[in-house]
Amino acid sequence: MKRSLATRLTLVATAMGAFAALPAAAQTPPATTGDTPRTAEVVAEVSTERTVIAVPAFATPAVVNVAGLSTGTLGRQIADVIAADLERSGLYAPLGPGSVRAITMGEVRAPQFADWQARNADNVVHGFVQASGTGGLVVGCYLYDTALGTELVRQGYEIQPGDWRRAAHKCADAIYSRLSGESPFFDSRVAYIAESGPKGNRIKRLAIMDSDGGNHRFITNGQALAISPRFSPDYKKIVYVSYLNNRVRVFIYDINAGTQKLVTESSNATFAPRWSPDGRQILYSMAVGGNTDIYRVSADGGTPVRLTSTPGIDVGGSFSPDGRKIVFESDRSGSQQIYTMNIDGSNQQRISFGGGRYATPEWSPRGDLIAFTKMGGGEFRVGVMTPTGGGERLLTNSWQDEAPTWSPNGRVIQFFRTSPGREGKSTLWQVDLTGVNLRRLPTPQDGSDPSWGPILP
Amino acid sequence: MTIRKTTAMIAAITMLTVGACAKKAPDTLPPAPDGSGTDAGAGTGTGVVPGSQEDFLASVGAMGDRIFFDLDQYNVDAQDQATLQSQAQWLARNPAVRVTLEGHADERGTRDYNIALGERRANAAKNYLASIGVDPSRIDVISYGKERPAALGSTEEAWAQNRRAVTVVIGR
Repeated sequence: MKRSLATRLTLVATAMGAFAALPAAAQTPPATTGDTPRTAEVVAEVSTERTVIAVPAFATPAVVNVAGLSTGTLGRQIADVIAADLERSGLYAPLGPGSVRAITMGEVRAPQFADWQARNADNVVHGFVQASGTGGLVVGCYLYDTALGTELVRQGYEIQPGDWRRAAHKCADAIYSRLSGESPFFDSRVAYIAESGPKGNRIKRLAIMDSDGGNHRFITNGQALAISPRFSPDYKKIVYVSYLNNRVRVFIYDINAGTQKLVTESSNATFAPRWSPDGRQILYSMAVGGNTDIYRVSADGGTPVRLTSTPGIDVGGSFSPDGRKIVFESDRSGSQQIYTMNIDGSNQQRISFGGGRYATPEWSPRGDLIAFTKMGGGEFRVGVMTPTGGGERLLTNSWQDEAPTWSPNGRVIQFFRTSPGREGKSTLWQVDLTGVNLRRLPTPQDGSDPSWGPILP
Repeated sequence: MTIRKTTAMIAAITMLTVGACAKKAPDTLPPAPDGSGTDAGAGTGTGVVPGSQEDFLASVGAMGDRIFFDLDQYNVDAQDQATLQSQAQWLARNPAVRVTLEGHADERGTRDYNIALGERRANAAKNYLASIGVDPSRIDVISYGKERPAALGSTEEAWAQNRRAVTVVIGR
């Protein structure tokens, strides 16, 4: 049985089809009524349902304390994280451990399907948490179809106790991938800037967390202004801009060592860094005598290669997932617009022609779309277009939404939203490609400049 | 020795220390119009240290340390030129002093672009000062983009105050 929700979509693919059929929608002027994503109007006629998935607390063969964590308590917590992941995806209506009965260890491999059908659950997740005997935990993860009585997913993870959230995310990923056909994305991390203090003198610290806000950790202490972080593809380093010693420079921070080094030695300001998909090169922007251009340099140092040379501002940039092209922004035409080029700087072509200004282009890990910030009509909105500039769609509608970053599977976008006024703040948000499933991400302080990394290795 | 003089001496020593490490900007960014945070003797006339930020502001006027720009623009207009000429006169009288030119943008731009825009604005001011005789090697440039607004509102008036290039004395 499905739960019908008038403006929800069952599958992202369905929505993509709907949008493809309505390309003109993106060109209409922005609606200015509240925070409801305007794209909801476009998809309102699509049949919309969310799959109901029961996620009871995971069972344990024996309640044991492992590294101070009770396997019984963890069974409930893991189910909570799985349900929250599935809910946040927008595709599913989970019934978490707070709303369904617990299961016995015996039920894990032999579900009482009639019980779950009675709860209108299309699917049910079962699992267990068990001490491994070597100081770790074994977590089992099963997904069943309640109507057919069949097993759809069976996975087991042997983990250190402190990594229990990863087991939950991996289980949620397995469920999401099996049911949606999409690649996983929950088991991933986000680097961002934690903000506090008054608007005129914000304290901005580098911070990292899981994709759902868990395992939060501050990296820098806030003495130097920190902006625009990006995780390296192996999650070992973060490239970012620090105002250390009142200069604007790109640093690579080594997370394990707790040390950082300059990407390139220069008396000029360097900023807007990005890793290449293989982590071997870094793209950055440098201002020389007031003119900003884009450069590429080996992550190990060496001689930078200048890629742009127009008198306008050429800034930012993001590699295509195959590492062969770069999308960037430039005001060479008189206003900020999006361009693509080859990684040697050749073949620079403007791709944004929808009216208004475009900034912060970010190439999807799938390669099929470029996310951007569009400025116009007094609003900053996050949208997507194809790498040749077609099929523009705006996904958000607020006073100032900025700087999209892609989920590992290219189906969800995080960005930051700023509110106006003297008490204006920035917070982290997430939206899927339908524009319908908009969520705020929990962070201990205000947040900006999110950077979503790949699936954890 | 009066307390006021002692304070002034401490301030002078501090400035020398700051000046020793090049490119170190003052603690307060942007500077408050009354120059607070550098010298407790400021504003009294007699307590102002020659060549200090207070001395600079006393010479160029409370808002004479900054020029303003139109939306997305970085040209130095006639009013800006008058402001910068006043700054240049003070710099000529204090030839050992170094300054930082801070470029700023309003909040209605994206972060990285605004850093580039702030660079343009600070360099436009620097280039004008150089064109009227200030040794450009005395001028450091830093862009804060939209990170350090002077006016905190989200109005056209506030944004106009934030699109600025501010000259800040960093010592000698």
